[in-house]
Amino acid sequence: MAKGETKLIDEKGNRRDGRKWDQLRPIKLQVGLVKNADGSAYIEWGKNKIMAAVYGPKEVHPKHQVLADRALLRCRYHMAPFSVDERKNPAPSRREIEISKVMREALEPAVVVGDYPRTAIEVWVEVLQSDGGSRVAGITAASLALADAGINMRDLVVGCSCGMINGQVVADLDDTEDKEGDGDMPVAILPNLGLVSLLQVDGVYSREKFQKAFELAIQKGKEVYGMQREALNARFFGGEAKVTQVEEVAE
Amino acid sequence: MIERRQVIPGDVIAKGNYRYGSYIEKRGEEYVALRVGLAEVGRDGIKLNPLTGPYLPRADDEVIGKVVDVNGFGWVVDINSCFDGFLPASFVFGREFSPSTHDLSSKFKVGDIIGTRIESFERSRDPQLSIRGQGYGKIDSGEIVKISPTKVPRLIGKRGAIINLISERTGAEVKVGQNGVVVVSGTPEGITKAVKAIRTVEEEAHAADLTTKVEGVLGGE
Repeated sequence: MAKGETKLIDEKGNRRDGRKWDQLRPIKLQVGLVKNADGSAYIEWGKNKIMAAVYGPKEVHPKHQVLADRALLRCRYHMAPFSVDERKNPAPSRREIEISKVMREALEPAVVVGDYPRTAIEVWVEVLQSDGGSRVAGITAASLALADAGINMRDLVVGCSCGMINGQVVADLDDTEDKEGDGDMPVAILPNLGLVSLLQVDGVYSREKFQKAFELAIQKGKEVYGMQREALNARFFGGEAKVTQVEEVAE
Repeated sequence: MIERRQVIPGDVIAKGNYRYGSYIEKRGEEYVALRVGLAEVGRDGIKLNPLTGPYLPRADDEVIGKVVDVNGFGWVVDINSCFDGFLPASFVFGREFSPSTHDLSSKFKVGDIIGTRIESFERSRDPQLSIRGQGYGKIDSGEIVKISPTKVPRLIGKRGAIINLISERTGAEVKVGQNGVVVVSGTPEGITKAVKAIRTVEEEAHAADLTTKVEGVLGGE
């Protein structure tokens, strides 16, 4: 069957996995699992299983890449050979190089790179099992890993993708919906600053549908941001973040 | 009263007009946290104590480092940071230092552990170290323990309460660098006990009754 012809959503509005049009897949987030890294996070988003690790700030090698006034942010998005049905060649593909680049550009506005001149901050995102929307899941995990590493950040970065299947706007496409559907739109946002740091689109949208998909992605991204907060609070404060009043002590 | 708030990057700590310290950004009326940590809003300003993060050098910090290179003009010291420290030979031999008459390796060799102070540090150059003053210089013996630099204030305690407790109970001498490098020297039993206590501080740094916990590890005497 050609692209766009598979029935991905039935008359009752149920998708293949039983979700409604605006429902996310189940998400699980955990912070601080890689002991050797300065910061790390793990995300399960639907069938995606992704590990993110941050190293640095550290010295830049090779030396000619040093930036005198800010940190060099390096990103690597990589899919494990066993992450897909057919073995993937472990060498970085065209697609992975592109995702590494957009991921770096999505994270950079949040990182206060000016606080770490002449250093490198490395972000490694390893996809252990892949489903649709792995770049936004990777960005979500990477920003948690950066926060865990204790690098100054203006805000967390959270991603969510939306798209179109059978001509209808839906949230959070999985692998089949991505491949058989009419288009995918990954969006990354800085929720507190109200900025969009990643917007990619494929497929043909009408003005109204584009607007609807974009707004849905932002709305769903804020939902994921809640889970991100929970994961970070669980790691450092053992649950909900608290506000307490304490007596002033004379030093 | 101080308001203590557990924050993550992007959280608004307070609104209004305050004096504020590091790891905080002012955005219009709002003060925003840049790190995961404990924010304290008091009468005289806002402070953020981060819970995680690398060591960044600050002038006048006392640090413990390892000599990694000797060149004609001084020593390059690894101070557990993304920047290497540089200890100029003229700070050690005095103004009459000349590379032809003084042998730098006779003072510190590669691999030596030294206690130093950060003389100056600005964004454009690596930090400069100095050993002028009491208690600085080569550290000959002891066990090196690395802890997270954000937990150093906890290990020291209020006016040195915890660090003094550890050395009193174990008879070991504990030198703490602001960069998270700790050197413990004394009897083998004393060292083992002190290291255990230091590890406890690192794991339980968030606990309110830290002193009691450390006392538990050290055992009564």
